[in-house]
Amino acid sequence: MADGDTQVPELAFPLDIPCLKRGAMEGTKPFVAQAEHQAKLGFPGALVPDWKDKALAKMQELAEKNRAFQVYLDICVKCGACTDKCHYFLGTGDPKNMPVARQDLLRSVYRRYFTFAGKHFPWLVGARDLTEDVLNEWYSYYHQCSECRRCSVFCPYGIDTAEITMAAREILDSVGVGQKYSNEIIGKVKDIGNNLGLNPKALRATLEDLEEDIEDDTGVSVRLPLDEKGADILLVTPSADFFAEPHIEGLIGYAKVFHEAGVSWTLSSYASEAANFGLFIGSYENMREISLRIRKAAQDLGVKRIIFGECGHAWRVAYSFLNTLAGPWDFLDQSYPVPQHILEFTWDEIQKGTLNLDPSRNDHIRLTYHDSCNVARASGMGDYPGGQFEIPRNVIRAVCNNFFDMEPDTIREATLCCGGGGGLLTDDLMDLRIKGSAPRMKALQNVTEEHGVTHMAAICAICKTQFGKVMPKYGYEMDAILSVHQLVSNAIILTGQDGEDEDEAEDA
Amino acid sequence: MLGTVYAILFYVATLILLIGVVRKIRIYARVPAPLKIPTTPAPKTRGGVVLRVFREVVFFESLYKSNKWIWLFGWVFHMALWLVLARHLRYFTQPVWGWVEIVQPFGTYAGFAMLAGLAGLWARRILVERIRYISNPSDHLMLALLMGIGASGAMTRFVAHTDIVAVKAYMLGLMRFRVGDLPADPTLLVHLGLVIVLMIVFPISKLLHAPGVFFSPSRNQVDNPREVRHVAPWAAKMEN
Ligand code: HEM
Ligand code: SF4
Ligand code: SF4
Repeated sequence: MADGDTQVPELAFPLDIPCLKRGAMEGTKPFVAQAEHQAKLGFPGALVPDWKDKALAKMQELAEKNRAFQVYLDICVKCGACTDKCHYFLGTGDPKNMPVARQDLLRSVYRRYFTFAGKHFPWLVGARDLTEDVLNEWYSYYHQCSECRRCSVFCPYGIDTAEITMAAREILDSVGVGQKYSNEIIGKVKDIGNNLGLNPKALRATLEDLEEDIEDDTGVSVRLPLDEKGADILLVTPSADFFAEPHIEGLIGYAKVFHEAGVSWTLSSYASEAANFGLFIGSYENMREISLRIRKAAQDLGVKRIIFGECGHAWRVAYSFLNTLAGPWDFLDQSYPVPQHILEFTWDEIQKGTLNLDPSRNDHIRLTYHDSCNVARASGMGDYPGGQFEIPRNVIRAVCNNFFDMEPDTIREATLCCGGGGGLLTDDLMDLRIKGSAPRMKALQNVTEEHGVTHMAAICAICKTQFGKVMPKYGYEMDAILSVHQLVSNAIILTGQDGEDEDEAEDA
Repeated sequence: MLGTVYAILFYVATLILLIGVVRKIRIYARVPAPLKIPTTPAPKTRGGVVLRVFREVVFFESLYKSNKWIWLFGWVFHMALWLVLARHLRYFTQPVWGWVEIVQPFGTYAGFAMLAGLAGLWARRILVERIRYISNPSDHLMLALLMGIGASGAMTRFVAHTDIVAVKAYMLGLMRFRVGDLPADPTLLVHLGLVIVLMIVFPISKLLHAPGVFFSPSRNQVDNPREVRHVAPWAAKMEN
């Protein structure tokens, strides 16, 4: 879809509630997966002839396998508290993007076939038959949800629309209607080990180039090891860190921190991807299969610890699910959490005083920080609730003198999605991505007006890519989005590096 | 005659309510939550989770964060509902329990608070475009039903005075499977009739939110996935 025709929403304030624009996003849908993409994941290649029975059978199965699905479909009281909480609703005004209305697309069918009221009094409780139109509507609106869980925070029962979206995508996949973007990428991970399809040789070459860059820059030789058996730490990071700005600057940051901490570490070419798109399509089996690659890599390389790089949904799968999907991790060193986040590691080192940091090297930046949804609302850091908000900010304050938070109702657990999460980071949804980012962008514009903020940092590969694309639409340079470890990288003075003679740290 | 008809209805409604709710609770308890999905930041201990759910059930904490008007009307309605229910215990106990005597005077006026809360919720459902959009006929009918119960109840006391002593004797009899006479008072019959309807629709409607809130994985799970493995029985089968 050409993003040239997108009307960039003008919001008066970040949480400005639009009037309902019925059908505004009706036609929006991502490309459908082809048979070859579907086959690798074990799904039918095209809509199966008996799709209706299959879909209902899948729904029944989900109700028996997943408590959230069953409870959430039953207990919503239609209080309306969530109706203004979704960034896609705020950005598009389409009422079907209100979380409860999104749930109702599926709940109406569940009621029709599985509840007494819906079977006998469908008109009373808004129950409807499953038809091909309904299936198309699901495909459209369940691909307008980034599974960000903002609605769950504000629902009196914690009803998480993301769970319903995942279930709907699972049902769609099971009848042969998959989304090309997510399913093609999962196939690549299974074939090659990462979302990009970067083979081990190319990966090694990339890492060697980076080592040269760092040495040219600092005069210090910092290693980026690959497949080194016997290393203590396995670093699993999103593959965007290997090739795109500003991600790659973050990877350089991790390498510098490991170097200064004096630990031995390695990347793995077999598990060269932290991202796990199995989450987006709600597929336990696919999520597990991808997670098991990390287990195998850890065992083959004989590491003692696993650390994850900056990525939001990957951290959810790592923190919340990895132990369940691919544990137990009894062969790793139990004195560290399994897995650990790179920010937990860096913050520990900062507290120990192993890093020589000069925050003035980031003085050309006036910074704000974007809490990524999956870190904020679906995982944790450190050993206390809310560590996922404090630890990144602690690190940022240690490396950057000018830090300003956005408005309180747009950060931390109430953070607004970047607009590109949950498997929507694809060009065919660009219009939706631009509109969905409007609330976040407005909050950013507000700190720019108030505090002259020039840059925003994030710890998620999807957020960084999405912001690089959409920030220009809202009056920012595309390099105004930074990795947190890029700021660390700027500020760190390596042992043996002549700190004073360095030219101004580059700002991206 | 009237006494017998209402007795049958009460027995049937009680059975439907009990069996229906117990069945649903068993389903909620049995269906596994395959992954840890608490909405974070979440408590790291069982005790912390108990407190979290307590705050949701008693104070509607998340709703308070979400929308002050819905919170105000909803919270007033529910708390008044509990007071009213507590007050009604006096018609089912002999002698009346001490604490029921104490809430009695509050319970009487809580009826009005309940009606006010319901009216506020209904007004929002009609006036706020977003909430009107998500409402089905059943959502309006539920509010009508509860307001009908509240209004007819208040009328038996403040408008068309009912012989409450006779009603109590009838209820105490029903509890001992002895069917007595029910005063043929139209407001009372409407009040009791609507309560019977409420009992019957409870297990097949959104009123399941009352037991359901305790089973919501995003609220009742401990945030300790790195420390404790959490494998559903059906998922464990994949491991070998
Ligand atoms: C554990 C006990 C309960 C809890 C925690 C609870 C909580 C809530 C909450 C948070 C809401 C949303 C806010 C609102 O609209 O009021 C709600 C709605 C509602 N509750 Fe409850 N509730 C409980 C028991 C009950 C019972 C026993 C009834 C009725 C017999 C009831 C009837 C309703 C109705 C009708 C609504 C929808 C109101 C509307 O249409 O806006 N609740 N409940
Ligand atoms: S806040 Fe929760 S209960 Fe209320 S309408 Fe939304 S999903 Fe339903
Ligand atoms: S999970 Fe996020 S994107 Fe999906 S409906 Fe809820 S608020 Fe909207």
